Amino acid sequence: MVGVKSIPSPAISADDRSHEVDHPSSLIAHFGTEQPLPLDCGVDLTPFQIAYQTYGELNADRSNAILICHALTGDQHVANVHPVTGKPGWWETLVGPGRPLDPDRYFIICSNVIGGCMGSTGPASINPATGKVWGLKFPVITIPDMVRAQAMLIDRLGIDTLFAVVGGSMGGMQVLQWTAAYPERVFSALAIACSTRHSAQNIAFHELGRQAVMADPDWHNGGYADRGIHPHRGLAVARMAAHITYLSDAALHRKFGRRMQDRDLPTFSFDADFQVESYLRYQGSSFVERFDANAYLYLTRAMDYFDIAADHGGVLAKAFAGIKTRFCVVSFTSDWLFPTSESRALVHALNASSARVSFAEIETDRGHDAFLLDVPEFFDISRAFLQSAGKARGLNSGGG
Amino acid sequence: MSVQEVLPLGGVAAGQSGQVRADHLLVAEMVKPGSKVLDVGCGDGDLLQLLEARGIDGRGIELSREGVNRCVAKGLAVVQGDADTDLVNYPDDAFDYVILSQTLQATRQPKVVLENLLRIGHRAIVSFPNFGFWKMRLQLLIGGHMPRTENLPATWYDTANIHFCTIKDFVELCDAINVKMERSVALDLYGRPVPLNLPWWVWNMFGEQGVFLLSRGGGK
Repeated sequence: MVGVKSIPSPAISADDRSHEVDHPSSLIAHFGTEQPLPLDCGVDLTPFQIAYQTYGELNADRSNAILICHALTGDQHVANVHPVTGKPGWWETLVGPGRPLDPDRYFIICSNVIGGCMGSTGPASINPATGKVWGLKFPVITIPDMVRAQAMLIDRLGIDTLFAVVGGSMGGMQVLQWTAAYPERVFSALAIACSTRHSAQNIAFHELGRQAVMADPDWHNGGYADRGIHPHRGLAVARMAAHITYLSDAALHRKFGRRMQDRDLPTFSFDADFQVESYLRYQGSSFVERFDANAYLYLTRAMDYFDIAADHGGVLAKAFAGIKTRFCVVSFTSDWLFPTSESRALVHALNASSARVSFAEIETDRGHDAFLLDVPEFFDISRAFLQSAGKARGLNSGGG
Repeated sequence: MSVQEVLPLGGVAAGQSGQVRADHLLVAEMVKPGSKVLDVGCGDGDLLQLLEARGIDGRGIELSREGVNRCVAKGLAVVQGDADTDLVNYPDDAFDYVILSQTLQATRQPKVVLENLLRIGHRAIVSFPNFGFWKMRLQLLIGGHMPRTENLPATWYDTANIHFCTIKDFVELCDAINVKMERSVALDLYGRPVPLNLPWWVWNMFGEQGVFLLSRGGGK
């Protein structure tokens, strides 16, 4: 008999996840009906809430605030233990005492994006009009919508100009959208492993992930929440496919090669004989513990729609005309999801706009995920860029 | 022939001149304070740092990843790029000065690069090792081998410098593409300007490197 072992069910219950959706273990900014969020699709989202974390103290001049924008499957828990998974913050390599983003020097803010599922209003939230989970009735959101919501949060916190906006991947898209939409509110911008538009290949991968979710019979046209179930198999497959795009051939080979998982010989079955299979299954099953399937559909869609140039008559340089923001663009040699050529196109546009831009390509075989990993050269550049920007901003030096 | 002059070097970075390269000091003297400068092939960013210390808004392009990263670590606005392929992406008149310091000889198309410098910048400052320098000539004439010097130690088979020229060659190129030489300085082996009252062939013989301030010629 051929052994078939499917992706295991999540160890953490759906209750833990859904509790964070409406009652996050974070700070919450509520925006009532007097403060709607106008969305690109033409709908006003109201009321809504933004869940966020802060680290460090805002200085008297309110000039040391850094906004971190998280990636597709990230959240606001940058540098604290995650309330659902119990794991360390996703960017503790970069954020923390003595790190390039040091809470002893900066007031660091990270909010869950609109459309997410860790406490900011999204498809997994309760729709106050019906008392039921939004599901697919939630309006389609865009990267500019996410940034518009963040700007409302920054207003609420009494901050006029952010010292820096920092992010990688989808977070980097938000950084670029911040500079295009609110150039005077961003003193410096650190855009990592990202692009000003989502490529056809990346849209294709996202479509693959969405179809995997939708093919899961438990998805129920997005209405699974009412039935108390979650399409975890489809979402896990989506995550597995996406995860491959975050790595590189070289990194997979170095990490796993063709090594077997807890066995010396093939089992002649479809069990996870290879370490790489076991790893991917683990990535898939652990992801569904903390992420909502519909939120995955909405956020991937937001990235697909992103194209800054299209919003500026097709000329990217126009988006940054006359901008005073100091930019640092970073790419990684083995990143094939957001390859260096994408960063270079951005840099050309910034040069054409006379923007002050630094651009460094970091050599690593760790693929797109390098921005989340321990890559010293990347930290050195981030630290140096923020320190020199801090000097220009008149922030007191010391530490960090 | 263009204006030849010895430049006063005393005013630049007093107290630092011990560590600063002579050609960098000369270039820095040529740039008006407050202007906007692109340094093509900026290496570790030493010249850009010197310029920024004088209140100049500097940007850089550097081919090597290591060089770029060291520049960014110094807080400089430098992008990874190639003079041969990336200058075309810069708009016309984007800078007051575009500097090409000790890099012309390493480009694949020096003429195209030079034309781009003066399209992007109102002025260009170009410095390069002079292959007409007497030591070079002697190595070829007496030694019978391709010249190697302290500043250019690479052998012919592993050098990045593929388009060497003499000061005379460079002047002829500028004439050919209608580039005006506003200032021309030859530095000797010790970084001292070759006296201006000497004839041109002496420059081409005793100048270890040439430094030129260029602008677009009229008439074309």
